[in-house]
Amino acid sequence: MQKGGELVERTETRLNPGYGRWTPFWFLAPAVFALLVIGIYPTISALVTSFRRYNITRPRDGFPFIGFENYINVLSDQTFWQSLGLTARFYVTVLPFQLFFGICIALLLHRPGLGMLRALARISLVVPLATTYAVVGLIGRLIFNRDFGVANQFLNAIGIGGMDWLGSPTGAFIAIAVMDIWQWTPFCALIFLAGLSMVPVEIEEAARLETSSKTALLRYVQLPYLLPGLTAMLILRSADILKLFDMVFVMTRGGPGAATDLVSIYIQRVGFRVFDMGMASAQAILLLIMTIVLSRLYIRLIYKEIE
Amino acid sequence: MSTTLRRVLHGAGLIAVLCFTLFPFYWMVSSSFKDQSDLLASPPVWFFTPTFANYADIFADEKVFGSIVNSLIVATLTTALSVLLGAPAAYALARFEFRGKSDLWFWFISNRMISPIVLALPVYLLAVQLKMLDTYLVLVLIYLTFNLPIVVWICTDQFRSIPIELEQAARLDGADQFTIFRKIYVPLGLPGIAVSAIFSFIFSWNELLYALVLTRRSVQTAPVMATSFMSGYELPWGKIMATGTVIVLPVTIFALLVSRHMVRGLTMGATK
Repeated sequence: MQKGGELVERTETRLNPGYGRWTPFWFLAPAVFALLVIGIYPTISALVTSFRRYNITRPRDGFPFIGFENYINVLSDQTFWQSLGLTARFYVTVLPFQLFFGICIALLLHRPGLGMLRALARISLVVPLATTYAVVGLIGRLIFNRDFGVANQFLNAIGIGGMDWLGSPTGAFIAIAVMDIWQWTPFCALIFLAGLSMVPVEIEEAARLETSSKTALLRYVQLPYLLPGLTAMLILRSADILKLFDMVFVMTRGGPGAATDLVSIYIQRVGFRVFDMGMASAQAILLLIMTIVLSRLYIRLIYKEIE
Repeated sequence: MSTTLRRVLHGAGLIAVLCFTLFPFYWMVSSSFKDQSDLLASPPVWFFTPTFANYADIFADEKVFGSIVNSLIVATLTTALSVLLGAPAAYALARFEFRGKSDLWFWFISNRMISPIVLALPVYLLAVQLKMLDTYLVLVLIYLTFNLPIVVWICTDQFRSIPIELEQAARLDGADQFTIFRKIYVPLGLPGIAVSAIFSFIFSWNELLYALVLTRRSVQTAPVMATSFMSGYELPWGKIMATGTVIVLPVTIFALLVSRHMVRGLTMGATK
């Protein structure tokens, strides 16, 4: 019976797959067509716009093609580089915290015992991840309010003294960093936890008998299982921070000054406040190129087995 | 260290995790039950007489209520459309061999990474030209860019786990490909389809940037509404937090339902 089944399968895949040549096409066509129309077509149109002088507030000037002028302007634009630099700084600020808290939480949740409390803590990790990003910004504005915010109450209580968080450049940067750490630490914790549970039970138990050192266990037994997840986190978090808009927009609108002007916020302002669509499109295309590099990297490193 | 002490530390650590994850959520919900004087108290009060006035206010406010209805309509339509388009594509990716399959697969996945601002600019210009600004349709369509990949990813994974023998047996009985998909893959893959639907609902419900740019008054969604409170001097914090709670509560419940799949959904399957 078993043998017969295999035989049928083998001959079928070799000679006749059992479906027509066009069958896959009909199943794929609607989704591919939809993504072409709503994804690729606008991208091409952004590319075209990026080669034009395109300011909506001045339609009389027309929208002439100006070659690479927008790109030259963007690349020599201090503010654009500053916002990219700020985005990079945001990444290196929040990520160590997210990784560190993430691994601590994962180890706490992986440790046997206290089943009920552990299950409760594990499921609570989903709450920050699901919270509407814009609402995270609203909560942030309330928590970090100068006069009646709970952050200042806490700092006063431990004797440090409060500050005008959203009114000062450093304060605002810290405030959005804290909210991002709150929202995305669970993401890192869940990935680390998945890695920890991949360690075969026999190996982990044998290692526990060998050594009582927790760090040795982590370093030599568990770490190899955590690395693929770590790669995924590094790439996905950088893509997500390049995308980060909602929470920061609600909390600070990029201010005060340009203290929290991350790249997506900046492009949005050039496009929809200054209405310089040509310039904004050029910036968006550059952002898109960065994202494509990131996603190629992700695919190369994460889906090795498929390629 | 004695085992009791370790247990106590473990418990304390877990409680700290709970406080960390739930505090901002708790603060929002508790603030939504405060009256204005409690809200503006400095330092903030932790114990107070709860009031339902903020909720009465927002449900009487046509704009807030309308925006929640709009969010519901947009999220439901785009979810339905994503599943309708995405599930067949996932089936093709799971079971057929054809040229360019891995490229196609990666293209779907890459869409997960793209910043919404890249598409928001051209789609805004197109929507103005086509007079589609402030319509449900434009939001529903643009939300497909992030919903379709998630549906395709999760469903492909699910369909692959269905035994291929079922399909072969059905084919021997003379069933055509669409019947096989409808009668075997849809019912057996339903858990995966449901999870992917919940994800696309959550992502669409939470979306702000496209909605901010592409809607005006009539199809304004709830997150846009909530942020629009943020102007003027005396902010109505009670109403803001009540609106926030009403927005977050349904998606939190959905997210708890799919909590086991959360990581897979957010990483496109980097971890099992």
